[in-house]
Amino acid sequence: MITDVERSTDDDVVAIPLRHPWRWVAAAAVIVVLGLLFSSLWNNENIQKQYIWQFIFDPRILKGVWITLIVTIISMVVATILAILLAIMRMSANPVLRAVSFLYIWFFRGTPLLVQIVFWGYLGLLYKQIELGVPFTDFSIFAADTNTLIPAFVGGVIALSLNEAAYAAEIVRAGLLSIDHGQREAAYSLGMGPGYTLRRIILPQSMKVIIPPMGNETISMLKNTSLLAIVAVPELYTASSQISSGNLRQVELLIVASLWYLFITSVLSVPQYYLERHYARGNSRALPPTPLQQAKRELARIRGRADNRRIAAKAREEMNS
Amino acid sequence: MSQQELMVDARGVRKWFGTNEVLKSISMTIPRGEVLSLLGPSGSGKSTFLRCINHLETIDGGRIYVDNELIGYKERGDKIHEMKPREIAKQRRKIGMVFQRFNLFPHMTALGNIIDAPIGVNGESKADATASGLELLERVGLSDKAHAYPAQLSGGQQQRVAIARALAMKPKLMLFDEPTSALDPELVGDVLDVMRDLAKSGMTMIVVTHEIGFSREVADRMVFMDAGVVVETGAPRDVLDNPQHPRTQAFLESVL
Ligand SMILES: Nc1ncnc2c1ncn2[C@@H]1O[C@H](COP(=O)(O)OP(=O)(O)O)[C@@H](O)[C@H]1O
Ligand SMILES: [Mg+2]
Repeated sequence: MITDVERSTDDDVVAIPLRHPWRWVAAAAVIVVLGLLFSSLWNNENIQKQYIWQFIFDPRILKGVWITLIVTIISMVVATILAILLAIMRMSANPVLRAVSFLYIWFFRGTPLLVQIVFWGYLGLLYKQIELGVPFTDFSIFAADTNTLIPAFVGGVIALSLNEAAYAAEIVRAGLLSIDHGQREAAYSLGMGPGYTLRRIILPQSMKVIIPPMGNETISMLKNTSLLAIVAVPELYTASSQISSGNLRQVELLIVASLWYLFITSVLSVPQYYLERHYARGNSRALPPTPLQQAKRELARIRGRADNRRIAAKAREEMNS
Repeated sequence: MSQQELMVDARGVRKWFGTNEVLKSISMTIPRGEVLSLLGPSGSGKSTFLRCINHLETIDGGRIYVDNELIGYKERGDKIHEMKPREIAKQRRKIGMVFQRFNLFPHMTALGNIIDAPIGVNGESKADATASGLELLERVGLSDKAHAYPAQLSGGQQQRVAIARALAMKPKLMLFDEPTSALDPELVGDVLDVMRDLAKSGMTMIVVTHEIGFSREVADRMVFMDAGVVVETGAPRDVLDNPQHPRTQAFLESVL
């Protein structure tokens, strides 16, 4: 029988790590398949790579990237604000607000995004003028031509925002529902009103549930901006297809556009990472370090080890002498 | 006893949950500075009664006055009108409540939990609120935990922060709903110590607890409730050692 005293008290675990041979086999297979695919594209004489390099930083493409990014960000911000309103309405005690929210979500989720975009593009055909005045009288405070008031860009942003709000509303609602009822009661017992409670107590806690799916939505939105091609907003996809309709290099320009979409997707995941961290505070006992902090720590550790070695060497020398 | 000296005056309070009558005409008066211990089997309506006092639950009959103000309603002639949420919130500021499950705000530090309502609701300056918040933390023995998040605190520490949070609103009445029931036995003492000090300082308190020793020592009066009615009231010593009602006797036999 082994008692505790007889057991090794050595802290360092020197076990031989478990081997995973199948990981290596799988990795090799993946590399071979990807290599074949890549080389077939790379060596395809129908794809002329110089066009990719020529157009990837073309001013029209860069302008398209810029517009795509702006449309994505504005639409997501507007959609998020609307979504919070819709979610609150959906959960309110007021039956009228509940019904409005329900109908909104039903309608905007139930019709194709493409149709909604075209609709906002054609609004000028439906209403020649937009007028702000007293209903059923001739008195008018403000009137403007629809097409000047809502150019394609604005119409596109409106369409994307309104549509996204319907999806995001359900995400926000799930977030609000995830908070324990005791939080609201504690807030009320401190004399906080319903609005303050929502803003300071419920919403910030919901964020950790809301942000990951909203990251998904942002990436969807980024790609959905390409649908604005149909109303001639010069975003990334429109720009690349306009160029390719001139030089007939469709595939090369699609690759250019795709590389940019991939790049923006990667860039957008950075703010998501930091937002998640921000709203995770208090959730676990200690937050994991950011990549930057980790790099710094690693550097300090390596330096520390070098220092230790030097100190140990010195000590040994002194002992010997 | 004159009206002015009463902190709580509950008259014939009734509460239904669906077809279940949970409070069957509860009447109770609590003078200023009194510590009242509320005892009774699970499901007898103790929590519901506390929650009616600060209008977390609406009542279906009777009246509750706290500090001579009707809670949740306005009296105009012989009619009563529902209050606006803002007015109810204002009434709740003078009633502190401590929950069985602490209900600290997990996204705020201990100090953040304490100073949020004084700043956001009472309009205190951040400096003032922080100064009195740190004082309160010291009073509950947690000066070193000001910047810890609730997840980093033990249950007993969380409950003491929750008490400090309620006190930060300078309430006139404190409601405790089984404040030590969710705690490991060795952590109960620290929380009871804080409550004992609070009672000594003259706070009016209603305490739902099964800590018989605490009630015997600290409470001025004990009320035994069962199935939505007040069965027996008296000095803790009398109720505990010489219960008059068979239901009180049966309950005490089961817990002691
Ligand atoms: N929100 C609620 N909805 C329906 N029934 C409830 C609700 N809260 C409490 N009850 C019922 O009311 C009764 C009294 O509950 P409670 O006041 O929590 O008792 P106690 O605190 O004395 O254990 C119980 O029968 C309980 O099931
Ligand atoms: Mg209870």
